[in-house]
This record gives sequence, C-alpha cells and structure tokens, in this order.
Amino acid sequence: MILSAAALGVNALGVTKFRNVPEKCESVSEENSIEVEIKALLASQKFAVLSTQEENRPYTSLVAFAATDDLKSIFFATTRSTRKYANMAARSGTALLVDNRSNRSEDIRSATALTVLGDATEVPASERPQWAALYIAKHPHMREFLSSPSTALMTMIVESYLLVRRFQNVTILKINP
Amino acid sequence: MSLVLRLQEISRSPRDLVGGKAASLAKMAQAGVPIPPTVCVTTEAYTAYVDKTGLRDRILIELERKPFQEMRWEELWDASLRLRNMFLTTPPALDIRDEVVTGVNDVFPGAALVVRSSAQGEDSAALSFAGAHESFLNIRGRDGLWDHVLLVWASLFSDRALLYQRELGLDPRSSAMAVVVQEMIQGSRSGVIFSMSPLDPKRAVIEAAYGLNQGLVDGEVEPSRWILERNTGEIVSFQPPIETGAGSDGVSLRNAGLPLNGTETLEVFRLGRRTEMLFGSPQDVEWTYRDSVLIALQSRPVTTGQGAGDDRAWYITLRRSYANLLTLRDEMENELLPKMELEAAALGAVNLKSLSDDGLCAEAERRKGILDYWEKEYVDKCIPFAHGVRLFAEVYNDHVRPADPFEFVDLLHDPDMLSVKRNASLRELAQGIREDPDSLRCLREDHVESCGENVQKLLARWREAFGVFSWDSANLLEQSRQLADLLEAYISMGPQSTFESAQAKVELAGKFVETFPESEREYAAKLLDLARSSYRLRDDDNIYIGKIRRRFLEAEEERECRSLTVCPIGPLPQKPVSTSGSQPFTSEEQTGSPSSLFRVQARQIVGQPAGPGVATGKARVIRTSEDLFTFQPQEILICDAIDPNMTFVAPLAAGIVERRGGMLIHGAIIAREYGIPCVTGIPRATEVIHTGERVTVDGFLGLVIIG
Repeated sequence: MILSAAALGVNALGVTKFRNVPEKCESVSEENSIEVEIKALLASQKFAVLSTQEENRPYTSLVAFAATDDLKSIFFATTRSTRKYANMAARSGTALLVDNRSNRSEDIRSATALTVLGDATEVPASERPQWAALYIAKHPHMREFLSSPSTALMTMIVESYLLVRRFQNVTILKINP
Repeated sequence: MSLVLRLQEISRSPRDLVGGKAASLAKMAQAGVPIPPTVCVTTEAYTAYVDKTGLRDRILIELERKPFQEMRWEELWDASLRLRNMFLTTPPALDIRDEVVTGVNDVFPGAALVVRSSAQGEDSAALSFAGAHESFLNIRGRDGLWDHVLLVWASLFSDRALLYQRELGLDPRSSAMAVVVQEMIQGSRSGVIFSMSPLDPKRAVIEAAYGLNQGLVDGEVEPSRWILERNTGEIVSFQPPIETGAGSDGVSLRNAGLPLNGTETLEVFRLGRRTEMLFGSPQDVEWTYRDSVLIALQSRPVTTGQGAGDDRAWYITLRRSYANLLTLRDEMENELLPKMELEAAALGAVNLKSLSDDGLCAEAERRKGILDYWEKEYVDKCIPFAHGVRLFAEVYNDHVRPADPFEFVDLLHDPDMLSVKRNASLRELAQGIREDPDSLRCLREDHVESCGENVQKLLARWREAFGVFSWDSANLLEQSRQLADLLEAYISMGPQSTFESAQAKVELAGKFVETFPESEREYAAKLLDLARSSYRLRDDDNIYIGKIRRRFLEAEEERECRSLTVCPIGPLPQKPVSTSGSQPFTSEEQTGSPSSLFRVQARQIVGQPAGPGVATGKARVIRTSEDLFTFQPQEILICDAIDPNMTFVAPLAAGIVERRGGMLIHGAIIAREYGIPCVTGIPRATEVIHTGERVTVDGFLGLVIIG
C-alpha cells in the first residue's frame, strides 16, 4: 500500500465504520485509509469468489469482476443458463470474497481478504454500454463473452465491505445508500 | 529498441527478433545478392501489441476452447478466422501502430509495398512450409500497410500453421511473428528456381512467366519450365507453358517468345547455386527481372513434400484460387451433379427382383464400382469447392470488419438448397393434411388411394422429387407410417414462417459490395455469387451422392433377402444393432466403475457457437434411423453429425447439438437456415447427453448445459 490517505481529501461516501480494535488506535483519516486499501485490493485482483443462495445453502463461483471507483457497485458477467444466475434471479442477496493470497503459509498474516455484501441484479439494457466498457477495460479478453446476447452483466449494489488484515483484524466499511 | 529495423540492423539482430525470412534476406544482401529494399517489423512489435491490446489472452481463450487433438480441421479453420477477425477489429494500440507505420514510411515514402510473414520457425533448414503464413503484394498507404501487418500477424495462427503447430513449434503463449516489408518490384518476368529439383536430386528446375510471380505461385499461370543439370546448369529439357492467358496481376502474357533467354536462364541458375552455397542446403528462390537486373525476392530450403503419407498435406492442397474455384463450380454444376442424378436414376430403373442370383451379385458389384467412382469424384472435386465459402469469408471480414466473424454466413442462405426444398415440400404436405385431417389415417394405414385428392397429389409430388434418400443404411420415410408420424409432428408445430430475412440479406450484400472501389465491385459481386454456389452445391452434393449410395444399398438389401452372402464382392456388411430407446452409457459407466464412490456428470460443455440463439428443452439423442421417428417437436436434437439426408427433423427441433465440429458443416447451415440455436463440436455428445435430460443450448457462446 503506497498511496497516502491524506492525499485523497474528504471522504465522499459518508462511511460508517465498526472495528474490533481499541478505540484509541483510530486516527482521523481511518475511513480514507480503509477506502484506499479496499480500492487498491479491488484494482489488484481480477477474480473473486461469488456466493449466491441455492435453496437453503450457499453456492460459490469464481468470477472476473470490476468495481466502480466510488465503491458502490461491483460488476461481473455470467450466461443466463448458469446456476449462479438462476440463484441471483431468485434471491439477489450475495457475497463476494476478494483476496490477495499467494498460497504460502505467511498468507495467514500477510494476505488481505475482503468480504463484500450486497444485492446482485442484471444491469438494465439502457445502462449496459457504460458498465460493459468499464468491465472490458479491466478484462479485455472477455469482450466476446460479454457481447453474447446470452450473457448477463450483473451489478452488485454494495451494502458493506469487511476487510480482514493481519489474520484477525476486521474492519467494516458500510456504504450509505 | 526500434520496432522497425533496416537491413544492416537485421543482420546484427538475433533470429528470434526478425524471423526466418528477414534473417535470410539480410544474409543474401550481405553476400551481395541483389534484393529489394527491405525493412523488418520485429517480433517485439508483435509481442508488445498483443500484450497491450489484450489480444494474447483472447487468442489463448480461443485456442484453448478444447484440446487441440480433439479439433477437426474445419474447427482449426474456424478458430483461425475468429483470430484473424480479432486482429482486424480490436481497437489498436495507437502508439505501436504509429511507430510501425512511421518507421516503414520513413524508408519507403509513397511506395507500393510487399508485406511478408517472417515467423520465428519459418524458413529454417529444418522446416519450410511454403504458405503456412501470409504475404501480400502491392500494398499502398498507411492504412493499407497497417491492415496487412495485422493480417500477417494473424497468420501466425492460420489454419495451415495450426495444423502443423507441433512441427512449427507454435506456442500461442510465447510465439511471435516478425514482418518483412519490401518495396514492390515491378518485374517484367518472374519465377522460381529450385537449386535441387524436389523430384530428382541431380537436377535443378527453373519456372518462369511474364509479369509478377503471384499468379505462378498460386498456380493460376502456367510457367515455362527448364530442367537443368544441377552441377553445370546445362539445359536437359524445356517445357513450354501448357496454355496462355492473362497473368493474375493483369500483365498480359505476350506471345513474343519465352520469358528467359539462354544467358538469363544461366544467370537464374547461378542465383540458385549461390544461395545454396550461402545457406548450405538446396534452396527454393523466388526472383524477378526488373529490366535486365535479376533480383532475389526470398529464399527458403527446398522441401520434398510436406510430410509424405500425412493427411494434412492433402488438406493443404484443398486451398484454391478464385480462378480455380470458378472452373470447379462450372464442373460441379454442369457435369458432376447432373451426371450423378442420371446415374442414380439409371440404377433405379434396374429391377433387382427380376435378376438371377448371379445377376444380382454382378449388379451389386457394378453398383459398388459406381459408388466408389463417385465417392472419389466427391473427394477430389466437391470437397475442395468448399473453399469458395472460405475465400469469401476472408474477403468479407477484411472489407466489412463485422463484430461477428461469421456474419457472412447470413449472406449465403439459400432456399434452393435441396435439403431445404425437401423440407418445404414436407411442410406443404403437412399443410394439405391439416386441411384434410382424415388423410392422416389413410396415410398411416397405407391406403393412400383413399386419401383426399389434394393430399394424394402432394404425396405423389413429394415421392417423385424426394422419395429416395437414406441414412444409417435405412431408406428414410419410405414407409407411410413413418411419414405419417413425421407429418403429424409437423402439423403440431403449426404453420411456420420460413426464413424471412430476404431484405436483410440484400442489405448485407449491398454493404459488402459497397466496401469495394467502383472498379472492383463486379469482382465482389462475382465472389459473393461463387460463395453462394459453394454453400448450396456443397450441401446438395451430399444428397446426390446419397442417392447413388442408396441404390447400392438396395442391391445389398436384395442380397440379404435372398441370403446371398457369397457374392464375389464379399460378405454382406454387418448391420448396426439398434440401440433405440436404450441408454448404453449410464453415469456410473462414465466414472469407470459402477461401485465407485463418485459420480461424474457433465454439466456444461464448450463447443462452437454455430447457430445463434438460446433454447432449453428435452434432449433426444439420435443414434439410428429409428430414433429419428421418435423425435418430438421442441426437443433438442443431439447427434454425432447431421447428414443432409436426415435434416427433415431439424425444423421440429428447438436446438441442435452435434459432436462433429465446425461453423460451416451441414448441421450449422441448416440450423441457421431455420434460425435454430446450434452448438457443434461437443465431444462424445451422444454419450454424455441422454434422451430425456433437460438441455440448454447457448448458440451465441457455443455452450451446452445439461440439467
């Protein structure tokens, strides 16, 4: 993490935060720092594990995702014949895991994991070109896949982010609607 | 480092950076052999470009769609066309484009250019594949140059290159393509010298013609040919051109004598010897005379056939020039197909029942001979004609740059295809029965004479025009009961709209022709016409050969009736055992052990997107002709390969899945004709999918989802 929180200025999101670390450790720019860290993680990772609800159990899938700069939405693509699509059509509540682990034992302390909670729905046709461009910019090789009429571009409207660092440190970033 | 190198820089650069052709040219120039002014766009330019534009990942996705060894040659061509289109339509990395175009333009401002491939493995002593990659002549302007650099890059993955992937050491992860750009030499006489004849190691061969040598290389122009003593250059024999005509580049062949005089023949011979000394192996050198100056255009090792005994060499020979395709069309339309029709009719006129046992044996043998003859004609002439569509596909994509590389197929639909006409006739019959419902019963009970007059008339017309066809050794729809079942299914589908995009087709054709300058529009229209013929005739020919095959099978069936197993042509073939309705492959068998702890089941399989659309329905696996008659409307047709003789069920299907892969195979053609979602190239389709299972066919992406 090289970006300086101070450089970002005022937090535009209206973020509320909850932490399991002592109150005294917090600094004034905590929201900004968390926001920067989440943005950096989302930018550095191409793939995430998506969890949808199938009947009464979770169902996970690996998806290529892209996030908006304001952290309010995350996009991914799926064909409409998949289970995950059927699951989201029935229940929009979804979770997403983004992390930077490298499959080594030190990941337990050095890796960062981000759980994203929100509601996923298909992007309406009128908004599709704009968000498709954002998605293709991050995943140019998905151009053919996304241009298929059978492919749905999904948007997850984010409610909150849970950032896990140094093994057990969890910070919640709530997005105010 | 600069992405465009001049000749002096090429000779100092590693071969991997400049490719085989550039390295050879630089070596010739260094040795004092005259070559055209030459620069090289390095492999670094290619690498930077595919990485920056994201093309590399997309190439890998396309080529790793399924295991290489499971891909049919047709699928390699399809993949190659998709990649070619990707290179042309991907938004360019402007900085790289500008550096390449400006780098070349600085050396050749305003000149007509030749743009040649210079692949890393190409033209090495170990390997020489003439024509694995592309070269282009007479290229003008910055845009023209850039487009052809892209096309040469894309030809790293030409169908020929993919076919010889292993030998060429082609690895989409790491291989790269350099490009040689030369000033176009307007030679007056051109040709090839083989410093050692591929046919006789004691001889050398010179081929020469007036004009540029593209026509000669394409086989469109007949050259004069000299056979020489390899050591001395003494002329052993001379063969004048077989026929004269216009050169492909428009330079007329003059009747004013031979393209080379005695001194020049010797000069060309010496060029061959000199390059052989230079490279240490017999060389195949392309050359041209500008006025009286002999210039070497390129040199590569002589190869004696590409992998003798290898079927791939046959595939390579299928590629045809425009002129050759026109000749083939004429032959197919006016000779082959009419003769096949006559042959089938003449065979049908022989009454097998009236023959003695010996006579029947003789007739069966005669029919086998006739069938063999036509099957050979089919392979030699009908199959290469498919290249009419392929040639058109490339030209269409180059000019129109559509988002969908197979958009051109929509221009080729032809309601005059026999299989489509046959289905139209069936529909007409179904309509007749819909208006006269009692006639279905009389047809089913085989009392046709008691059917309504109109139905009788339609039925007679149907039998007359389309009565004879077979698949899976069975004569289809001959039995009235089968026909009645099929018609009932047609009726239950309700009146259907036929393919109604005539207007869209006209617009698309107009769009294509208008991309050409005025002077070339006639050629464009003729090319489209050729492609349409290729599309239609390549479908029809299966039906014609099917009729002859049917006549042979009839003789075999008559032998079977008489238990005549000992004819001189051999025993009767074993009939396949019907598996209709059975499920020979259970999920347990797929795992290899019925008692296994695990159960493996395919859920989603990737094939080729051969007919756009998405459909979900019950699977109907077709293994035998009997399965065809159990087909219910709106089911998903699952088969090994759709034969034009079994297409009558296609209009009933909600979707089509085929094991055989390809975008231009019959199943794909027919699916597009009826607007049915279709996926081809699903390995073991009829084994992993079971009748009755719920299946989704995604014809946009080429996916089949089971369950």
